[in-house]
Amino acid sequence: MPARPLSLEERLAARGVSRRQFLKFCAAMTATLALPSTFTPRIAKALNTAERIPVVWLEFQDCAGNTESFLRAESPGVADIVLEQISLEYHETIMAPAGHRAEQSLDAVVEHYPGQYIAIVEGSIPVANGGVYCTIGGRTALSIAERVCSNALATIAVGACAWDGGWPAASPNPTGAVGVRQAVPGLKNLINLPGCPMNVMNLTAVIVHYLTFKQLPATDEQGRPFFAYGQLIHNNCERRGHFDSGRFVERWGDEGHRLGWCLYKMGCKGPQTLSNCPAVGWNGTSYWPIGAGHGCVGCMSPRFWDTMTPFYERLPNVEGFGVEVTADTLGAIAVGAVAAAGVIHGVASAVRARMQPIAAHDGGETLVEAAERAVQVVEQIAGPVKPAEAPKEATGKAIALGESEESIRSGQDGPSAS
Amino acid sequence: MRRRVYVWEVPVRLTHWVNVLSITMLSFTGYYIANPYIFVSPREPWGIYFMGTMRFLHFVFAYVFVASLLLRTYWAFVGNQWASWRGLFPFLTKEGRTNMWHAIQYYFFLRRNPPEVAGHNALAGTSYMIIVFLYGLSVFTGFTLYGQLHPASIWHTLTDWVTALVSIQTLRLWHHIIMYLILAFVVHHVYAAWLIDMEEGNGLMSSIFSGYKFLPKDQQPDWIEQVIAQNGKQNGKALQAAKAETRKVQVAGGKVES
Repeated sequence: MPARPLSLEERLAARGVSRRQFLKFCAAMTATLALPSTFTPRIAKALNTAERIPVVWLEFQDCAGNTESFLRAESPGVADIVLEQISLEYHETIMAPAGHRAEQSLDAVVEHYPGQYIAIVEGSIPVANGGVYCTIGGRTALSIAERVCSNALATIAVGACAWDGGWPAASPNPTGAVGVRQAVPGLKNLINLPGCPMNVMNLTAVIVHYLTFKQLPATDEQGRPFFAYGQLIHNNCERRGHFDSGRFVERWGDEGHRLGWCLYKMGCKGPQTLSNCPAVGWNGTSYWPIGAGHGCVGCMSPRFWDTMTPFYERLPNVEGFGVEVTADTLGAIAVGAVAAAGVIHGVASAVRARMQPIAAHDGGETLVEAAERAVQVVEQIAGPVKPAEAPKEATGKAIALGESEESIRSGQDGPSAS
Repeated sequence: MRRRVYVWEVPVRLTHWVNVLSITMLSFTGYYIANPYIFVSPREPWGIYFMGTMRFLHFVFAYVFVASLLLRTYWAFVGNQWASWRGLFPFLTKEGRTNMWHAIQYYFFLRRNPPEVAGHNALAGTSYMIIVFLYGLSVFTGFTLYGQLHPASIWHTLTDWVTALVSIQTLRLWHHIIMYLILAFVVHHVYAAWLIDMEEGNGLMSSIFSGYKFLPKDQQPDWIEQVIAQNGKQNGKALQAAKAETRKVQVAGGKVES
């Protein structure tokens, strides 16, 4: 009988994964975690010697997109290595048992490994009407999440839905969908990996981080690991040079698009989205949406269905004015309206000044003069303008007032005032 | 003859013109950043950093603008009565409300004369309250967006909590709309200043260059002077103004010349 269990490397070798491929994986994990390359041997050693962790993968209101992302990672690669190193006890999409047998395996993990297993949650949790909109084996998603996650060593919420409700929570959110952190408040050791789907490299890196350092990676206030969600996509984008140069795609398929220019004007949300997409790439390659010529839709941002739409515009529309009214339209109307009001008010004030000169002190004739000059211009263009009778008297009065200080005082507040 | 009164002190005029410069530059560069409409030669392979330059200018003038706002805020507490923070809240006092109603009547052609003031009339003060609020909101949303670009900066530390409450896109929208509101204010501000200058003939337009207004000899203390006179002190200093009843008014803080 073997005195020690087979190491990860040996088990991988049996599956046809070479030591070189394993070390490449360890190097990629080191890079994803933003660690110095000297950590690669340490990670390799930790993965080789660590005990397998039981993992349960819960699916609620989801499309299994994160599962797809997880399983269809490069081959041989992340999935092989990680599936070899974790003990996936429960996963509805890929597990063999069904019905009560399946539920029994979930119960068994919660009972036999309390505080020792990792719960991965995919999909949002509906809380409206007692959570009736998603039930599995007669239990609501909410009650399953509460029981499984609160007993777990750590909970990893994968995908936008498990983070903040995602698509099911998009307005008007009929099922009251929320993410794990709202459904099970106060959960310790919760890691959020938003994205639609999340990048499997980040999920793997979180697990590798735990296996290597026996603790979870540092996160921001919203529970997202800094190594993956610490920088705007824009800051590391391969098209950033075109942005800084002012070279933008104006239409889909134009010359700039063919030359790979910046997609900023096509509504790319890279400048609003925190993610390591440009650095890590997807499916083990350097491919990612912007690299493929489509702007980022901000799927790793909070409530991105509501906040990042319209996906092909720079700014959101202004609510309450119809779908096509932009901030620029409203702004131009506002500035124009103020200018028009000023012109109208100015003309009216000039007419008033001509008809009824200001009676205060020794000032106020300037607007009359301006009005008279304006009238002269109009007369030159359109012929003589007949002045009304009132202005003559009023003007005469003003001149008379200007002569004596006492008479100025008496007429100080004007004829129509108080 | 009119008397020459020193109304706008140096920091008031300085910050006014720095604001004009920075708002112009911020609006121009900011609009370009939101909608880069200026065509850059597509065949230019090197040496072009147009958007980068626009953003650099935007950030530089953002700091200039903030510096100006800080100086003006400081001066609102140590300057003369026409620079006082009280001028932003005329509706809190009876004199202010009376003056504001007078100004509203004037603008709606219900009363011939505009209210006589050495500084701002109360309606103008209220509009400055709104504009100062918009300045603050614009600076705040701007630095929140700026902090997102630089996660290691102090702005990120100070403002990152906002992004958990309000979407970055919403902040961007506000930041954009505030520009239009400020531009609309600029149009109104220049028009109203021209109008009152024409009506009162007191050198209002030139006063923001020179600091001096030319007031009628018998002009009474305006609403803000009355408010401050009632408080007895202006910014911690004893008021030097003569009583409102006096025929020959010595205006506090201002040189009186005839």
